[in-house]
Amino acid sequence: MARSISRRRQVVVTLLAWAIGLAIFFPILWTILTSFKTEAEAIASPPSLFMFDWTLENYGEVQERSNYFRHFSNSVIISLGSTLLGLLIAIPAAWSMAFVPAKRTKDILMWMLSTKMLPPVGVLIPIYLLFRDTGLLDTRTGLVIVLTLVNLPIIIWMLFTYFREIPGEILEASRMDGAQLWDEIIYVLTPMAIPGIASTLLLNVILAWNEAFWTLNLTAAKAAPLTAFIASYSSPEGLFYAKLSAASTMAIAPILILGWFSQKQLVRGLTFGAVK
Amino acid sequence: MATTHSRVAARFMLSPAVLLLLAWMIVPLSMTIYFSFLRYNLLNPAIDAWAGWSNYEYFLTDPAFFAALTNTLLLVGGVLLITIIGGTLLALLLDQPIWGQGIVRILVLAPFFVMPTVSALVWKNMFMNPVNGLFAHAAKALGLQPFDFLAHAPLFSIILIVAWQWLPFAALILLTALQSMDQEQMDASEMDGAGPFSRFFYLVLPHLSRAITVVVLIQTIFLLSIFAEILVTTNGGPGYASTNITYLVYAQSLLQFDVGGGSAGGIIAVILANIVAIFLMRMIGKNLEA
Repeated sequence: MARSISRRRQVVVTLLAWAIGLAIFFPILWTILTSFKTEAEAIASPPSLFMFDWTLENYGEVQERSNYFRHFSNSVIISLGSTLLGLLIAIPAAWSMAFVPAKRTKDILMWMLSTKMLPPVGVLIPIYLLFRDTGLLDTRTGLVIVLTLVNLPIIIWMLFTYFREIPGEILEASRMDGAQLWDEIIYVLTPMAIPGIASTLLLNVILAWNEAFWTLNLTAAKAAPLTAFIASYSSPEGLFYAKLSAASTMAIAPILILGWFSQKQLVRGLTFGAVK
Repeated sequence: MATTHSRVAARFMLSPAVLLLLAWMIVPLSMTIYFSFLRYNLLNPAIDAWAGWSNYEYFLTDPAFFAALTNTLLLVGGVLLITIIGGTLLALLLDQPIWGQGIVRILVLAPFFVMPTVSALVWKNMFMNPVNGLFAHAAKALGLQPFDFLAHAPLFSIILIVAWQWLPFAALILLTALQSMDQEQMDASEMDGAGPFSRFFYLVLPHLSRAITVVVLIQTIFLLSIFAEILVTTNGGPGYASTNITYLVYAQSLLQFDVGGGSAGGIIAVILANIVAIFLMRMIGKNLEA
């Protein structure tokens, strides 16, 4: 008796969960579907969900008319570049705070976090003027620098929460065996730290890929990543739904796939370890 | 336990990160403070006289500031309300035994990975457009007059778009928190005859309160700086109907080239964000000791 009730309950809950899940996902699904329609079908009333002539022409046209791949590669270079540079700076810092904590380590960590809370408009003008005067405006180098600094606190924090879970006794044991500092880092710590570093990398590529304040304000045509390129569709060009959809689908697909791998790390990374 | 040698090495490894962040924080911020006391317009660079507090006076007494402040609060509050309530319900639902739970989780989480400009434009054009949007099609099918969302309810529409982006974040974090609940305690209370509502209010909600606080604080930090969604949908209009403080400062400085006034606005935005940040830092700091 109890079994059949819980069975029925599971069916109801499952149906409800799927309905809500699909409703939340629907705008993305709709965008993907529209990207395969012709412009006429994209605005047809009533719209059709699957029954239309599937076409790939929008993808070709988006590339042809606006050199899509340059913006795509800008996105790749900026998000990957800023993340790798950030890791290069953050790994030693997080390592030292996790394994050689000093009295002030906690204060330093909290202070680093506080820099992340500085609203970007507070420093927009000086950064804009400094970039203008140094020729960094609308360059990938400039954006890599800014996004590295913007995301550095998150990178350090994520690495710190991972490194902190590596037991210190292992280090002491290897030290007793006469291991030097660099041996310690290369042979003992690195293998244990790689999963944490990998998920930090993943999350930060996602954050940098979708960053849409600095990328919109500091780029024009040359260095514009996909966030800024898509923004150009806010003009009447956005009324070409099929092309807007094709450009959008290509812009979000890589990150959707990466994102699904990073579900678990997401919580911990974005809450600075406050929820695990 | 650490030797002097490793202490020196540690300081050496930490210093690049500290110095960079220090520079990132101090150099531009002090420049903004300095600019905020100047009469400085990029269109007329010859004039850069000391302006005293007049930029602040100008910014704070501008009717646009009051509108932007109200909009900022409505935007943050509205999105928080939707995402916290919706996220809690969604987390409770996803915590049940469901067939295909992994896939549903992925579906629910997906909007979080969509870049702001894409989600804003997709909603603006393909859903809210009064002629060809899906909502217009639906209204026509029901024999109703299509509603021009972004013209007649711009702020509300932006709240909906942003809430769609952040609902997955709230749901995921609350779900993670739910999964760490003590199942035995739940079972015991059920055996003692506690109904689902009293279990929710006396056991689940107190357990979630910490995660909810974290979600509120982190979202607030991000929501105070909403920018791209406004830029590509309404440009802050009509009038100032959907301008928030971030957008107002952007418009003042990069559209009107008023460096002095924009800087004063930037400093006001920093002060507002700091009020939230203090609470968030306390929460996270407590966790660091645990």
